[in-house]
Amino acid sequence: MKRAIYMDHAATAPVDREVAEAMQPYMTEMYGNPSSIHQFGRQTRKAVDDAKETMASAIGAGYNELIFTSGGTEADNLAVFSAAYSRRDQGKHLITTAIEHHAVLHAFNHLETQGFDVTYLKPDEYGIVSAKAVEEAITAETTLVSVMYGNNETGMIQPVLDIAEILNDRGILFHTDAVQALGTESFDLSASPIDYAAFSAHKINGPKGIGLLYVKEGAPVLPMFHGGEQEKKRRPGTENVPAIVGFAAAVAKVSAEKETRKSRYAALKEDMLQRFSASAVHYVVNGDQDRSLPHILNISFPGVNIEALLMNLDMDGLAVSSGSACTAGSVNPSHVLTAMTDDEAISHTGLRISFGLGNTNEDAAAAAEMIIRTVKRLQ
Amino acid sequence: MKEGVKMNSETKRPEDTRVIVGMSGGVDSSVTAYLLKQAGYEVIGIFMKNWDDTDESGVCTATADYDDVIRVCNQLEIPYYAVNFEKQYWDKVFTYFLDEYKAGRTPNPDVVCNKEIKFRAFLDHAMTLGADYVATGHYANVRRENGRVQLVRGKDRNKDQTYFLNQLTEQQLERVMFPLGEIDKPRVREIAKEKNLATADKKDSTGICFIGERNFKEFLSEYLPAQPGRMVTPDGEDKGGHDGLMYYTLGQRQGLGIGGSGEPWFVLDKDLENNILVVGQGFHHPRLYSNGLIAEEVNWISGEAPAEPFACTAKMRYRQEDRGVYVKPQADGRVEVVFDEPERAVTPGQSVVFYDGEVCLGGGTIDVILKD
Repeated sequence: MKRAIYMDHAATAPVDREVAEAMQPYMTEMYGNPSSIHQFGRQTRKAVDDAKETMASAIGAGYNELIFTSGGTEADNLAVFSAAYSRRDQGKHLITTAIEHHAVLHAFNHLETQGFDVTYLKPDEYGIVSAKAVEEAITAETTLVSVMYGNNETGMIQPVLDIAEILNDRGILFHTDAVQALGTESFDLSASPIDYAAFSAHKINGPKGIGLLYVKEGAPVLPMFHGGEQEKKRRPGTENVPAIVGFAAAVAKVSAEKETRKSRYAALKEDMLQRFSASAVHYVVNGDQDRSLPHILNISFPGVNIEALLMNLDMDGLAVSSGSACTAGSVNPSHVLTAMTDDEAISHTGLRISFGLGNTNEDAAAAAEMIIRTVKRLQ
Repeated sequence: MKEGVKMNSETKRPEDTRVIVGMSGGVDSSVTAYLLKQAGYEVIGIFMKNWDDTDESGVCTATADYDDVIRVCNQLEIPYYAVNFEKQYWDKVFTYFLDEYKAGRTPNPDVVCNKEIKFRAFLDHAMTLGADYVATGHYANVRRENGRVQLVRGKDRNKDQTYFLNQLTEQQLERVMFPLGEIDKPRVREIAKEKNLATADKKDSTGICFIGERNFKEFLSEYLPAQPGRMVTPDGEDKGGHDGLMYYTLGQRQGLGIGGSGEPWFVLDKDLENNILVVGQGFHHPRLYSNGLIAEEVNWISGEAPAEPFACTAKMRYRQEDRGVYVKPQADGRVEVVFDEPERAVTPGQSVVFYDGEVCLGGGTIDVILKD
C-alpha cells in the first residue's frame, strides 16, 4: 500500500517529536510526586508550575485560573456541572447549542434528567449560532450558557465574545468548549467576559489524556472527584506530570507558530477546494469558509453512501472522517449537519477533512484526487 | 490444502483477491476470516448492524458483538468496518416477520435475512468496496463447475445451512465463498481455540437474532396485540383458553396447559377466522399429517424454473432428514409438492427446500397444506 495520508487531526494529532522529548525525562528520571516534601517532589512540582505558567501566558489567564483535567471531556463536564449545580438556587434554565461536541451536549442531556430545563439553540444554515439567538433565549431563570468556540465538524467559529458580553451584563455564567480552537486562535481570557474555557492537548500535537479548564477568578467550581489537595482540591489526583509538561510544550510551539500554521492550513484547504471545483463531482461545502477554523473542511457529496466512501478512502490509504457519533462503529448522520439543514442528501453525506503539521501540498493534491475518483465511482 | 479454503477457478491469485467477510462477533465468522487469511486472501471484516437493542445493563448488544469483531480482526491483522442496515432490516425482514405472524403463519426470518440483507444489501455494499467475493460463516458449499455455480450441502450434516440459503440465486452465489463448508462445527471450535481467537469460547447465539435470549411471547406482544381465544378439540370439546394464535406452532406440545389423563396434547390446527386453536391428544394424531403442500415465492437457484414435474428430495423444516417428494410446477410459478410418505406438522410460513443429491435446487414458502 502507498504511504497513508492522515487528514483527521480534529480527531487527534500525532505528538510532536519535541513535545515527546520534553516529556521523556518526566517518566524515567524525574518521577517524584509533586505533593511530596522531598527534592524529587519539588522537582516535578516546579515542572507542573512552569507548565501552568506557560499555559497561562499562552491563553491570557492567571496561574490560579487553570485546572488540569484528564482531557477535554472532563474539562467540559467540570465547567457545565459546576456552573449549573452551584447556581441551581438562582434558576434551572440553561442554554447551549445543538452543535456542541457530545462532551457538552450529553452533559446537558444529563442535567435535563436532574430537573434542569435546557434550550438547545439551532445554528443558521452556515452552522453559526448568533449572539441574538442566545439573547432571545435568556429567561429570568437562566444561569449558564455554553457555546463552543469552533465547531469540531464544520470548523465554524461562533461569536463567543459577543455572547459572553451579553451574559456578563446579566450575571449569567458562560462556558466555551475551545478544544478545536487552541491550535489556531488567540485567547486573552482574563480580560474577556468568558467564565470557563475547555482545552485539550492531543488536538495540538500534545499527548492524550490531559486537558485544561480555564475558570475565571470567582467563578464557581464544584469538584467531581474527591481526594487529595491537588489543584486546590478542585481536581484531586496525582498530577499527570509527563502529560502536563507535554501539553505546555505543545502550547508553546503553537504560540510561536500560530500564524504560519493558520496560513498553511488555509492554503491546503484552498487547494483542495479548487480541485473539487475543477472536477465534475457534485459537492456542497458546509459552513462559511470566511468564518471557519482553517484546519477543518467539511464537504457533502449528495448521492454518495458515506460509509462506502469512508471505507474506500481508508482502503486507499486516506484517513478522514464523518459525523461524530458512532454506533457499533457505523456512522450515524452528523448531529451538527442535521441541525444546519433538513436536506438529508447533505446532512447524511458530510466528509470532514482536518489538516495538521505533517500535511504537505502533495498530500492535499493526492487526497483531493482520491476523493474525487471515489466519489465519481459512487455518485 | 486439506482444510481451509479452496481456490476458485478464476485466474486471480489469492493475494490479489479481496474477500469481505460478514462478521457477527461469533466463532463461525471469526474462523471464516481466519481460514481466508491463512489461504492468502486480502481479507476485510465487516460487521452488520441490523437491529438496535440494549441489554439489562444498558449495553448495546451490537456494540458488544462489534467489540468481539474488532478483537478478532486485530488478531488476524485485517481491517474492519461496521455498516448499518437497520432500516433495510426493519423494512424487509422485520415487517415480513410481523406480517407472517399476523397471518397466523410461522415465519423464517433467517431465510429472508439471507436473501435481502446478507446476500443483497451487504453483498452490494461489499462490491462498492471493490470486493471480489463476500464470505460468511454458513455451513454450506459453493460448487463452481463448467461456468455454473451451485449451492451444495455443508459437510457437517448436523449443521448444514443450505435450508436457510434457498432463496439465493446463481448470480449472488458467483460472488460468495463459504469457507466452513468442508469442516464441521467441533473443528471450527478447535481452530478458534488453537489460534486463540478472542471468540473461541463465546457461546453460539440461539433463536432469532433480534429476539436473542428474551422471552419470545413477551417480545412478540410488544409489537402485535395478542388476541386470546378458545382451545377446542376436533370434536368440539372446549379445553380452555389460548393466549393468541400467533404464539403457537403446529405440532407444538409445550405451553398448552391441558391436564388430565391420557396422551399429551398437541396443537393440531389454527382456525384464524374464529380465533380457535385446535388441539388433540397424541404425537401421531392423524390431523397433524398431510400428503402435500403448495409453496409460493419459489426460487430456483439456477434461474431456470423446471417446466415438467420431477422427483427429488426436500426438507420441510431445518435439520429434518430429507423426504422423497414429487414436485409439480404450476403455471403461476408456485409448485405443488406431493410427499412420498405422509408428513407430520408441516407448517405454513416455513420453507420447503429441494435437493438433487448434494445440490440444493432452491425452495419456497409453504403456503397451503394438502390433506387427502
